[in-house]
Amino acid sequence: MSETLNNTTQPIVRMQQLNKHFGSLHVLNDIDLTIVPGEVVVIIGASGSGKSTLIRCINGLEEFQSGSLVVDDNELLPYGKSTQALQTIRTEVGMVFQQFNLFPHLSVIDNVTLAPMKVRGLSRDDAVSNAKRLLDRVGIADQADKYPSQLSGGQQQRVALARALAMEPRLMLFDEPTSALDPEMIGEVLDAMRELAKEGMTMVIVTHEMGFAREVADRVIFIHKGEITEQGHPEKLFDSPQHERTQSFLARVLKH
Amino acid sequence: MDVNFQFDWSAAFGSIPYLLPGIPWTLLISFGGLAIGFFIGIFFGLLRISPLRWLRWPAIIYVEVFRGTPILVQVLFIFYGLPQLLGGPINALVAGIAAIAVNSGAYISEIVRGGVQSIERGQGEASLSLGLSRTQAFRYVIWPQAFRRMIPPLGNQGIISIKDTSLFSVIGVSELVRQGQIYIATTFTALEVYFMVALMYLAITWTLSIILRQLERRGLAGQ
Repeated sequence: MSETLNNTTQPIVRMQQLNKHFGSLHVLNDIDLTIVPGEVVVIIGASGSGKSTLIRCINGLEEFQSGSLVVDDNELLPYGKSTQALQTIRTEVGMVFQQFNLFPHLSVIDNVTLAPMKVRGLSRDDAVSNAKRLLDRVGIADQADKYPSQLSGGQQQRVALARALAMEPRLMLFDEPTSALDPEMIGEVLDAMRELAKEGMTMVIVTHEMGFAREVADRVIFIHKGEITEQGHPEKLFDSPQHERTQSFLARVLKH
Repeated sequence: MDVNFQFDWSAAFGSIPYLLPGIPWTLLISFGGLAIGFFIGIFFGLLRISPLRWLRWPAIIYVEVFRGTPILVQVLFIFYGLPQLLGGPINALVAGIAAIAVNSGAYISEIVRGGVQSIERGQGEASLSLGLSRTQAFRYVIWPQAFRRMIPPLGNQGIISIKDTSLFSVIGVSELVRQGQIYIATTFTALEVYFMVALMYLAITWTLSIILRQLERRGLAGQ
């Protein structure tokens, strides 16, 4: 359990000189990143720039080869060697995936209650009432007994959000949460995320939704070829980017 | 040459009382062997996808050996060969069940491997991201989905193994074919009797197909 000496400036994520290679490809190059509780950080960059890999390192879905990474006082070691810390981190860090990754053989309510019951040891009654409250919060309380395949993409992603929140995470990771959605469903997912940000959740979001980034982010990070090229307050980064690469990327994505 | 083109229905029907006692033996060898083969298959199938090489190798060897040799040779080896090692005879029924078990086990371990590997990577990642251990992720998320996908190929293997038991007439188990052979030896009505034998296999396999279709329908209802 984390100690109570956490004050607000104690970072929840501290990444120093992080390096990751896929074979000969240098995916993450000396990444330094510090995130404090309550902060909403949006990571942007072209596909293949390493932005998804970066957040997947935070909950150990990707291993890194060198550098240091401390998440909520638990240190992750290179090459995935820190099994116990990894387990602790994953119970404290929630994740929403591009492809939702709901469990197709379980009903919506069972999707949301599985981890709280098996990992946190909640009773079924407690887990269910908690899940219903969360499903209500993301606007799908009436779908609790359906199966994922019976829901729209937007609804599925909101279930995935409720499922992650059911573990009462201290940090939420979003890996392109709206990229697999039909355009008319993007809004409902972003609304749910906006609410979460307002409630003070610490969030790291990889997205192509620049309007959303500008609105909710405390900080926007632009990644290019595995390096943090530029970061700052959204208004500063979007309106007066300093680096040429940031400028050309923004020119391309903001055109349409 | 005296060729009899007549199909003698009374000879066909007359063989039924003699063939029927073979059915329980056929079923016992098939399902006894398949039940054991199922556990062998799960065991080696899971070893086969282990991240540890020294666990994968025994599984690869097992599958190659028992998938790569004829089941007839396997049962002859067990029934006639093994007693020389063990120093005592092996019951023909036991030998038959053992042959089906080790043979179907090899195919079933490939079915298990394929089923588990067919589950999208994201399912495991989502489970781990929620804090489930690898074992929990497998038990609650991966395996239930993999098992549903395994039902059709498992049914297929079941039908193949039932038919394979017909070879065990060579070791003298009184299963369907053996019963037929004994009957033909006294009546010389091969056409009629083998026709009835074939019909009986068809009745067994067809029934199994229907049951499997029901299972599949029910199993996939939630998807």
